[in-house]
Amino acid sequence: MLTVIRDLLKYDGRFRVAFVFLLLTLILAALSLFSPYAPNRTFLVPQDMPPSLQHPFGTNSRGQDLLWWMAFAVRNSLILGIITAIVSRIIAIFVGLVAGYRGGGIDRLLMSFNDSFVVLPVLPILILLSFLLQGQLSLVALALLLGLFGWPWDARLIRAQVLSLKERSFTRTAVYSGTPPLKLTLREHLPFVLPVVFATTINNMLWAIGMEVTLSVLGLSDVTVPTIGTTIFWANQHQALVAGVWWWLAAPIIVAVVLFLGLYLLFSSVNEFIDPRTRLRRIGA
Amino acid sequence: MRKFVLNYLIPRIGQYFLVIFLGVTLTFIIPRLSPSDPVERQVSQLMMSGSHVSPEAIIAMREALTEMYGLSGSLWEQYLAFWGRLLKGDLGPSLSSFPTPVTQLLATAMPWTFGLLMTSIIISWIVGNILGALASYYEKNVAIQIVDVVSQAVRPIPYYIMALVLLAVFAYWIPIFPFSGAYPPGTRVEFSLSFILTVIRHSLLPLFSLVLIGIGGWFIGMKSLTSNIISEDYVVYAENAGLPKNRILSQYIIRNAMLPQITGLALQIGLIFSGALIMEVVFGYPGMGTLTFQAVMANDYTLIMGITLLSIVGVATIVLILDFIYPLFDPRVRIQ
Repeated sequence: MLTVIRDLLKYDGRFRVAFVFLLLTLILAALSLFSPYAPNRTFLVPQDMPPSLQHPFGTNSRGQDLLWWMAFAVRNSLILGIITAIVSRIIAIFVGLVAGYRGGGIDRLLMSFNDSFVVLPVLPILILLSFLLQGQLSLVALALLLGLFGWPWDARLIRAQVLSLKERSFTRTAVYSGTPPLKLTLREHLPFVLPVVFATTINNMLWAIGMEVTLSVLGLSDVTVPTIGTTIFWANQHQALVAGVWWWLAAPIIVAVVLFLGLYLLFSSVNEFIDPRTRLRRIGA
Repeated sequence: MRKFVLNYLIPRIGQYFLVIFLGVTLTFIIPRLSPSDPVERQVSQLMMSGSHVSPEAIIAMREALTEMYGLSGSLWEQYLAFWGRLLKGDLGPSLSSFPTPVTQLLATAMPWTFGLLMTSIIISWIVGNILGALASYYEKNVAIQIVDVVSQAVRPIPYYIMALVLLAVFAYWIPIFPFSGAYPPGTRVEFSLSFILTVIRHSLLPLFSLVLIGIGGWFIGMKSLTSNIISEDYVVYAENAGLPKNRILSQYIIRNAMLPQITGLALQIGLIFSGALIMEVVFGYPGMGTLTFQAVMANDYTLIMGITLLSIVGVATIVLILDFIYPLFDPRVRIQ
């Protein structure tokens, strides 16, 4: 693992950028542990102060220091992304492995469900759902919910992988030597699928965090919990741009861009690393 | 031909109806699973507004609301009634602008969204794919490398944040584009040159945002597809045969990489559509996104239902149309 990271740092510029960006994000998230006060307390510092040495991100109209608020926000957004990714990964791996290995009618059934979920426009459905749950939708509940909608793209990918693994001779050897299907799938096929799963996990986190921003901006999540989305929601509520408090919007935007770019560059770098053809081309062997 | 219909067309049409069935069923189940009762909420909202209402009137209202939400009878009866009304095209009256039917509000909003969405998809798909193919064919070109870096930087940014940044830069900081809407408030909607020009001017910024993110995505996809194709034997052969570069690029490289990109478009329509909705909210563009926003703000439950249902049917239909034109590009499906 460490040698892989060292190699990537050495040969892949994108990975270097991703490494620095994600490190910055994680440091900011870790800062939340040292925050002098709870995130939802208001009017603790002078309002509407532009960024300065004392308040690096400025303060907002609710009298909060944006640095500490953003620390909590980025931590919560990351937690949301991770929970969603875990839930949707479990479903995707299960559906992908079963459909790929069993084939036939089960495959067709699972894939037509899968394709339907791919086509369904998730945002309006989530808006309807969170509208009905207004305010009661906690961060974890939202993460679980997103997980239930975020699996089909990856299930498709995993199935395609398993379909080709099934034709390999080691699968036949295992079958002829009497390996039960469950053991075969978990022991022999899953390890081949895991790199793809890892790469798509990052992509799934991006999707989840972006979705949270969308729903929060509409005021459909629990807006008392600091996240990247709720920060923008409060800034809009106080018309930050019109009032000239631009740093209130700049803080979440900059943090989001750093986080998203970091995750995305990590995704594409890992994705290329997994594919031996592109890996060789990059290293120049 | 018979085989084509049986093996290709019929399953696609079946899939289309499955999507709609699942979507409609989800939209039916979700409100019934949720802990908050829409009727109760409506009633308590009215009570909170301070006006004095007699108990009898509340009971009558509760009954009327139960009827309107389709909450009377057993679950199964409700479900059938739900479908019945849908098939008749009846989505009920909007609660915030009572008694305008929801369908009428949707009909005014939909063309805006459809126009914005289609224009941006067509532009970004074509431009992104051509640039992507050029990128792997002319790897050393500086202009292409700049496009590459920009695409990588733009691709992962969520639609909302991208729109917010562009709005802040191009309408607030350097005010060259109008701040919001599709035409200045108070303008009469008519079919005249000046009105169309105003709309185009107002649509440029939202369109540009959608196209920018779109191009980034298609560019990256196409580049990784074509980077494998350029080392294929038939491309090397064509090069050795001295065919003109344009021909190799269009007939040998793009032609082959195009098919997965069409499939990719079908798989991503749902995501792109969701993105367009949120983009409209930022720019105050009078389509379905802004309508959704207004519905959420005004607690208009029937309108949100209607938007959800129309989105499901609309997106599924676009995918079906894509499935229908796919054989035009893929001879293997056609000749089967």
